[in-house]
Formats: sequence, C-alpha cells, structure tokens
Amino acid sequence: MSKALDPILKISNLQTHFFTKAGVLKAVDGVSFEIGAGEIVGLVGESGSGKSITGFSIIGLVDAPGKIVGGDISFKGQNLNQLSNEQMQHYRGNRIAMIFQDPMMTLNPVLRIETQMIEAIQAHDDSIAHEDARIRARDALGLVGISSADERLRAYPHQFSGGMRQRVSIAIAMLNRPDLIIADEPTTALDVTIQGQVISEMQKLCQETKTALLWITHDLAVVSGIADRICVMYAGRVVEQGSIESTILNPMHPYTRGLMGSVPSQNQRGKPLQQIDGMVPSMLNLPNGCAFQNRCRRVNDTCLTKQPDIMHLADGRQVRCINLPEEYKV
Amino acid sequence: MKPILKVENLSKDFVKPLDLVAKALNKLGQNYREEIVHAVDDVSFSIFKGEIVGVVGESGCGKSTLGRMIAGILPPTSGHLKFELDESKTSKIPPALLTQMIFQDPFSSLNPRKRVIDIITEAPIYHKLIDQAEKQTYAEDMLQRVGLDPDTLQRYPHQFSGGQRQRVGIARALAVSPDFLVCDESIAALDVSIQAQIINLFVDLKDKFDLTYLFISHDIGVVEHIADRVIVMYLGRIVETAPIQDFLKNPNHPYTNALLAGVPRLEIGKRKYEPIKGEIPSPLDPPPGCHFHPRCRFAEERCRVEKPILIEIAPAHFSACHLNDRA
Ligand SMILES: Nc1ncnc2c1ncn2[C@@H]1O[C@H](COP(=O)(O)OP(=O)(O)OP(=O)(O)O)[C@@H](O)[C@H]1O
Ligand SMILES: Nc1ncnc2c1ncn2[C@@H]1O[C@H](COP(=O)(O)OP(=O)(O)OP(=O)(O)O)[C@@H](O)[C@H]1O
Ligand code: SF4
Ligand SMILES: [Mg+2]
Ligand SMILES: [Mg+2]
Repeated sequence: MSKALDPILKISNLQTHFFTKAGVLKAVDGVSFEIGAGEIVGLVGESGSGKSITGFSIIGLVDAPGKIVGGDISFKGQNLNQLSNEQMQHYRGNRIAMIFQDPMMTLNPVLRIETQMIEAIQAHDDSIAHEDARIRARDALGLVGISSADERLRAYPHQFSGGMRQRVSIAIAMLNRPDLIIADEPTTALDVTIQGQVISEMQKLCQETKTALLWITHDLAVVSGIADRICVMYAGRVVEQGSIESTILNPMHPYTRGLMGSVPSQNQRGKPLQQIDGMVPSMLNLPNGCAFQNRCRRVNDTCLTKQPDIMHLADGRQVRCINLPEEYKV
Repeated sequence: MKPILKVENLSKDFVKPLDLVAKALNKLGQNYREEIVHAVDDVSFSIFKGEIVGVVGESGCGKSTLGRMIAGILPPTSGHLKFELDESKTSKIPPALLTQMIFQDPFSSLNPRKRVIDIITEAPIYHKLIDQAEKQTYAEDMLQRVGLDPDTLQRYPHQFSGGQRQRVGIARALAVSPDFLVCDESIAALDVSIQAQIINLFVDLKDKFDLTYLFISHDIGVVEHIADRVIVMYLGRIVETAPIQDFLKNPNHPYTNALLAGVPRLEIGKRKYEPIKGEIPSPLDPPPGCHFHPRCRFAEERCRVEKPILIEIAPAHFSACHLNDRA
C-alpha cells in the first residue's frame, strides 16, 4: 500500500471514553487506521459502535462527559490531541472539515448562504477581498452541481431542499481546500436519486483535489462503490480493516461476514436472509473477551476470556478475531 | 385468485393552512390562498391474498398516506377501498381490526407507560377476542411468535432494544389475528444486523398466518428481496407497477429506471453514479403533464402538458409514460 507511506491522517490506539453516571462507556476503545491523500476510507458498523465519536475525536469535538483518554491522532505529522483549542480551531474548517448527517449542524438558519460562505473563507484568510471570497463561494456552489449559483448565494438555508442543503454544506467543507474531510452519514437522509448526485460530486472532488475522505455510514453498499479501504467497527473497536476488494470478496471477521451476508442482494430471492442472531451488548456492560461472542458462530472458550488482538493477514488486512482459519494467519 | 383488496381511484388531499403572516397580509389586501397537497392522486390497484406488495418512491411521494388510508386510520378524500375479507373471521372480529399497521418508529407507537403484556392484549380484550383469564398465556404466545422471551411480558417498552421493540409492535398487531399488514418503513430505524432478522420474521409470519402485506420502504434492495409485486410512486401517483421478476428485468418508466440505477449495490469496483438531474419538485406545485418531465431525459412536448395514464404493457405490468404509445 503506497498510500500508507505518507498518510494524511494516522490514528493510533485512539480511546475516547464517556464518564457517565452509570459508569465508563468506552465509545472508542483502541482504534487505529490511516488515510492517504486522495484516499476514501469507509467507516461502517452497527449503531452505537463509535463511528461518529471517532470522527468527533479527530476534529476535536468531543464534549464532556466524553474525553480522549489515550492514543494519538497524527495529522500530517502533527499530533492533534496535543493542540490547544485555538490551535485546533485553525485546523478545523481549514485543513480538516466535517460534513454532518444533518446539514443544519453546519448551516446557520438566519444567515444568507453567501454570508456564511464568505465568513468561512475569510476566517482562514483575512487578506482575501470580499468580492474575491464571493467569487470563490459561487464557484464552490457550481462545483457541487448547484445551478444559478449567483442567485442561490442570496438565499437562506430554509429556501433549499434537504439534498440541496447537504450540497451547500459539502461546498462549505470544500471551501478552504482541506486535506481531510470527515463525512458522517452525509447521504443517509437523502433520497436515492439525490444520494447519487451527492456521491458523484464527492468522488469527483476527492479525485481532483486529492482530499482524503473518511466516509462514515452504516450502508455497506454505498461504501463498496466509493471507498478504497474499509474499517468495520463493533462495540468501540475496529474488528476488520482492509482494501475494499479483499474485504468484500472475502470478509474474515465473523461480524463482517454476517453483515455482508445479510445484505438482500447477497441472498437468493424468496429464501430467508442470512442473519446475525442476537443483539449488540450494552456498551456499559461489555463482556470479558470478544464483544461479539454472544452472536458469533465461531465462538470458543478463549473468546469468552481473552480480548482478541489484531491479526495481520497476508493481504494487508487486520482482523480482531482469535479464531481465524489457520491458513490466513501470517 | 381473488383480490383481498381493491383500491379504486383513491385520493387524499391535505390543505396547508395559511400561516399568521399570510393571514395578516390578506387583511391588508394581499391574496394568499391555502395550498393543497395532492398527497395521493387517483390511484387504483388490487392486492391478492398472500401477496407482498412493495411500495417504493422518494420522500413525500405519498407512500405513508396511501398506507394509512388502507390501514383505515386516515379517511380518503375520494375513491374507494374494497376489502374481501374472510367471512368466518369477520363474524368474530371487527373488519377494521383485520388490517393492522406497523410503523417505522417502534418507540413512538408503543405506550411508554404500559407493560408489554397490556400493550399486546389491550385490543383483543377490548374486542372480546379473549377474556382476562387468557391474558397471560395469550400474550406469552404472541411474544413467542415474534421471537421474544415470554419472560419479558412485564417489561416496559424502554427496557427493550430497537429491534425487540419492533417485535413487540408486530406482536401487538398480530394479537388481533389480522389478515393484512401495512408495514411503513418498519425496518428503517433498525440496525443493519437486526433488519435481516425482522425481514425474515415478516416472511415467516406470512406463511404461518396467511398474511398479506403492503410493504412500504425506501430501501429498494429490501423490496426486491421480499416483494411479489412492486408499486412505484412519484408525487402522489403510481407511475409503474409490475410483478417483481418483470420489474427487475424490464423496468419501463424512466423514473423507475433512474431509481434502480441510483440504488447502491454491494459490489466490487468503483461505482460510477450517473444520477438524474434536478430536485424532487414540491408536491404543493407539481409540474403539469407527467410529473416527472422536468427530470426526464426523454421528455417531449406532450409530456409537459398531458398526464400519462397507466397502461398494461405486459401481463400485470402497468406503466404511465407517453413513450409507450410509440411502439
Ligand atoms: N454524550 C454522550 N454521553 C454518553 N454516551 C455517549 C455520548 N455520545 C455518544 N455516546 C455513546 O457512545 C457510543 C458511540 O456513539 P456513536 O455516536 O459514535 O455511535 P455511531 O457508531 O456513530 O452510531 P450511529 O450509527 O447510531 O450514528 C454509543 O454507545 C453512544 O451511546
Ligand atoms: N397530515 C398532513 N398534513 C399536511 N400534509 C401532509 C400530511 N401528511 C402528509 N402530507 C404531505 O403529503 C405528501 C405525502 O406525504 P407522505 O408522508 O405520504 O409521503 P411518503 O412517501 O411517506 O414520504 P417519506 O418517504 O418521507 O415517508 C407530502 O408532501 C407531505 O408533506
Ligand atoms: S474472537 Fe471469537 S467470538 Fe469474537 S469474532 Fe472471533 S470467533 Fe467470534
Ligand atoms: Mg453516528
Ligand atoms: Mg412515509
């Protein structure tokens, strides 16, 4: 993997915990992965598995009772979790941008789109003239497929449809040509035809500007069509990561296998879907050993007591499972 | 085969009342009118016993409105619904109960202050299908049918996971032994790994209890898997309906094709999305002629002015597109 030589983002053993009244909730517990320039990494997994908190940790948006309690987040060689709030502010929106499932997390309802975009540009480059910033904002709207951009700039967010608003928030994320975009379920709330539009714009932008993209979603099918690599999370940990091809063709972790197997198109019509039985354990009360043990078909006694370490496979994949078939171990 | 339900020219309009500003401006001589949404606009179709009929289409196209009319919880503005129900059953069970609806959000549809046992047995007791003495065993039986532990009978809804709550909702619906279930996005709020469990449960129950389904979902992959027939809606109208095999092999309407082309599929290799352009128009002000014409690459003059009607282009396969007149 040539990309791994010089990653834009390198996360090692990230731990973000929530200190709640009911106990310590290890939302992110030992997560490691990298993203290279122009690379798209898909982060998938069950609801509550820690995907969003991983994204929030990178961009420094974890609030009390949450806290990053361990690990490194290295962005172009700079360790982000050693930065002060002001220093982080400089990175946020400038070098690193985030797109949320709900575009109104980015947009201010009482300001014209134009005002918001120009502010975002000037916040990171105070020497730029107002008119130049306006032109850049207009071009950015054009880039995400919004026609009559001049007119649209004068509008307020509520005058746009949901899909259009999401495209505006993507345009804002791209404004300062960040090196990294974290997109948290950016198309989940959108209709199929609009989702297609947004995905195709994002793909183009990443290719053209070499922006690294972390795409957080629960939709395996979306990830399979756009990502270079995939990280699969379960109960706060990455249980499998690897290239999209090898992971989809031959998923190794029992959870990944179950997940892929339950996608309707992987099943014959009229036959029951393959299903993962049982349910996710409470994050406040994880079992000893592997968190997937209660749902796993390969479970054995060791799984009940020992946390599985990361196994490195020959094809570059990393899998957290004690019980991999012998031939895959290296 | 006999249809269990005939839907004839069914429509539902919603009136969007004027807001205060508009009312005030009207007093000053402006002329703001109340706006009308044709949420469901003159739809007709039949559903046969034992079928699973999938309804797909984008947000706001009228799927839920259609489902709620069929479930009897929303009166139509015009048109008819004709149920052909089992007479041996209708003598005992009020016909209105024989169609049950299962919602997207299992949480808001279950009373948070009631225990599961009461949630499940409330309707059957009220309608005298069972008596107090049978309550416990009846509820246990219902929970088992949906794969829940009967030990959970005394719990409240918040003490369950999302997938379990959806099972409770299904148990409640089954408790009045319905013939027909309307499922409105019933798996959308569930975790991916739980969705498969619930889909399998629906299919399983259908066989065991002779059920018929209207299955509303924006997830076309799921509909493709379980439906026998698919209805595609766009801005309140049915644009295409076909048996599933024909639907997948020979989708006819340009909108259906756009929809199918946009569905993400689990496959290897970078996917090139070539989405259709444009936004979904506001239902308050739908385009004239064929509602789809502003986004359709085949649109011609006629499409802009004349409403296409559904015509049968293959056995049981109907589509509403002017292009079909050409052949
Ligand atoms: N403010 C908070 N206080 C306590 N726990 C929290 C808080 N925010 C998140 N969590 C917990 O952290 C865990 C991870 O949450 P996260 O939002 O990252 O999940 P996710 O993978 O993004 O799920 P989804 O697919 O539902 O968005 C969850 O168990 C969640 O309940
Ligand atoms: N109670 C109501 N009052 C006014 N308008 C309504 C009401 N219910 C629905 N509508 C409108 O009717 C149209 C159809 O809505 P409906 O909820 O049936 O769509 P849907 O296909 O179920 O959409 P979704 O996929 O978002 O659930 C929409 O334009 C909606 O705004
Ligand atoms: S470690 Fe054991 S329980 Fe966990 S996934 Fe592997 S086989 Fe299953
Ligand atoms: Mg999330
Ligand atoms: Mg709906």
